Amino acid sequence: MSSHESNYSPTGPVERWVDERLPLVRFAKEHLMDFPTPKNLNYWWTFGAILAIMLVVQIVTGIVLAMHYTPHIDLAFDSVEHIRRDVNGGRIIQATHAVGASMFFVALYIHIFRGLYFGSYKAPREILWMLGVIIFILVMAIAFMGYVLPWGQMSFWGATVITNIFSAVPVAGEPLLQLLRGGFAVDNPTLNRFFSLHYLLPFVVAAVVVLHIWALHVPGNNNPIGVDVKSSRDTVPFHPYYTMKDLFAIVVFFIPFAWFVFFAPDILGHPDNYIQANAQITPAHIVPEWYLLPFYTILRAIDFNVLFIDSRLGGVIAMAGSLVILFFLPWLDRSRVRSGTFRPMFKIFYWLFVVNFLVLTYLGAQPAEGIYVLLAKISTAYYFAYFLIILPLLSRIETPRPLPASISESVLGKAH
Amino acid sequence: MATQSDTANTHTPKASRRDFLYVATGAVGAVGVAGAVWPLINQMNPDASVLALAQVDFDVSSIAEGSSVTIIWRGLPVFVRHRTAAEIEEARAVPLSELKDPESDDQRVKEGHEQWLIMIANCTHLGCVPVGESGNYDGWFCPCHGSHYDTAGRIRQGPAPTNLVVPEYEFLSDTMVRIG
Ligand code: HEM
Ligand code: FES
Repeated sequence: MSSHESNYSPTGPVERWVDERLPLVRFAKEHLMDFPTPKNLNYWWTFGAILAIMLVVQIVTGIVLAMHYTPHIDLAFDSVEHIRRDVNGGRIIQATHAVGASMFFVALYIHIFRGLYFGSYKAPREILWMLGVIIFILVMAIAFMGYVLPWGQMSFWGATVITNIFSAVPVAGEPLLQLLRGGFAVDNPTLNRFFSLHYLLPFVVAAVVVLHIWALHVPGNNNPIGVDVKSSRDTVPFHPYYTMKDLFAIVVFFIPFAWFVFFAPDILGHPDNYIQANAQITPAHIVPEWYLLPFYTILRAIDFNVLFIDSRLGGVIAMAGSLVILFFLPWLDRSRVRSGTFRPMFKIFYWLFVVNFLVLTYLGAQPAEGIYVLLAKISTAYYFAYFLIILPLLSRIETPRPLPASISESVLGKAH
Repeated sequence: MATQSDTANTHTPKASRRDFLYVATGAVGAVGVAGAVWPLINQMNPDASVLALAQVDFDVSSIAEGSSVTIIWRGLPVFVRHRTAAEIEEARAVPLSELKDPESDDQRVKEGHEQWLIMIANCTHLGCVPVGESGNYDGWFCPCHGSHYDTAGRIRQGPAPTNLVVPEYEFLSDTMVRIG
């Protein structure tokens, strides 16, 4: 599949001259237009394109915001208000960027859970999956640092709590914390470096996205039945079939996006972030942005010491582990069948995992007291058990349903 | 390319000298790169202007018994609490064996100034500022993840691993403290 021929033939001497020196047009035609794509992809497969567009939206609005934003503790808060009130169109541009971050995560989570259900992480797509995990972690770091920039109360205390996580590192913790913050507390040097990195990292993400797509175009797409492409009857060219489908999905995705931007730009944020940062008072109830909540719950769930590991370090290990474990997923789920559609037992545990993830999200926004503490421990345990116990076990004991012989057979079978 | 026989026989002095040069060049290169990278990382450490704020003097005479103030030292909030006799009593009555991070009340205050409790106001869990006169132990309660501290600022319950940190300080007179 990877070695399919491009059917680009340069027309005219200029195109031929360019093609012999830098076959950029040939490359684009091969990968963006002619690329053979399984003909049974459903709408869950449009989120990759949605993510690509969202990255462009964040970069473009971000660069524009940076023309008006001032990364200094005395001025940052006011400069964001200045963008919202004084800059021409600034209210919409700032809202697009802030809401865009949330929409980015909506698309990311759907994209990831799509992969989890259809076994897209399995051979030969392990590297593709791992690059995706790297992008996920980078985008979380970017969004976290972006949220610090307006220098509100949540910005400040979020930054304090999250950088403090590093102080849990044995021995080197305190020096490491000071290195990160550039001081003994989160302060102007911290804000400056976060701005610098918030500007840089999206471009690093863009580079990893290129690798991600490269790794996709070697084996080609997975598909809803998880059966490999067997002949050209199973595929259609990417353009116009999927360019149009993706475009349609992007338009639909932009409807709720636009609704938030125009009618409720602040609804996803936290009111405390419209109070300027104050190093002496912590808001009564600090919460990260919604998209970081599941991992925040896991961090808090470990409130007990385990042997020589104290509760704080334990929480940090659990939170880091919940992300690192994703890298190992291709080797934890040994089932030969990719798609969850044909795995009766997997399906149950998968949907339980989805519900559990929503519970983790919910708990992250609740105070750490009473029943919530216990629930956080249970749902954290299930998160890890899914990867470490359930998936390895299922690959041994589950009998999958018979697979269709090919993609085209399954498509035609459905139509009749 | 004429070294086919040399490389086959690794005992010839020629081959080992070449190996040595190869490794030595690599090692010097690595040291050079590390040397160039270090300042680029070290610039992130606290700078001279941050370090210059290392001491503050503070007059405690205006703090009434039973109340506290929060001052800033090195960018960190610091609690200065004028404890009541009952609070001191309560802290002393706790047996050390009940503590997660055992420290007696004496170890956390200066002799002759037992009513003054001076501590960095960041929860030792992840750094929020706990709320005073609350929690299950009449000291501080951290709303972020639910840590309870007693009237000596010692951790009693919740995820925080250690007691609130007592910074280095001294009483210059009966009412003047120098922190740092
Ligand atoms: C992966 C892409 C990105 C994500 C997920 C992201 C996320 C965020 C978030 C969550 C905020 C806080 C918004 C608020 O609560 O008000 C923010 C602010 C900001 N971002 Fe980004 N960002 C991205 C890319 C960029 C880029 C490429 C730039 C270019 C310089 C940029 C510049 C800024 C600026 C100047 C602010 C402060 C103004 C504001 O608060 O709206 N961002 N970003
Ligand atoms: S920061 Fe105080 S309990 Fe977590």
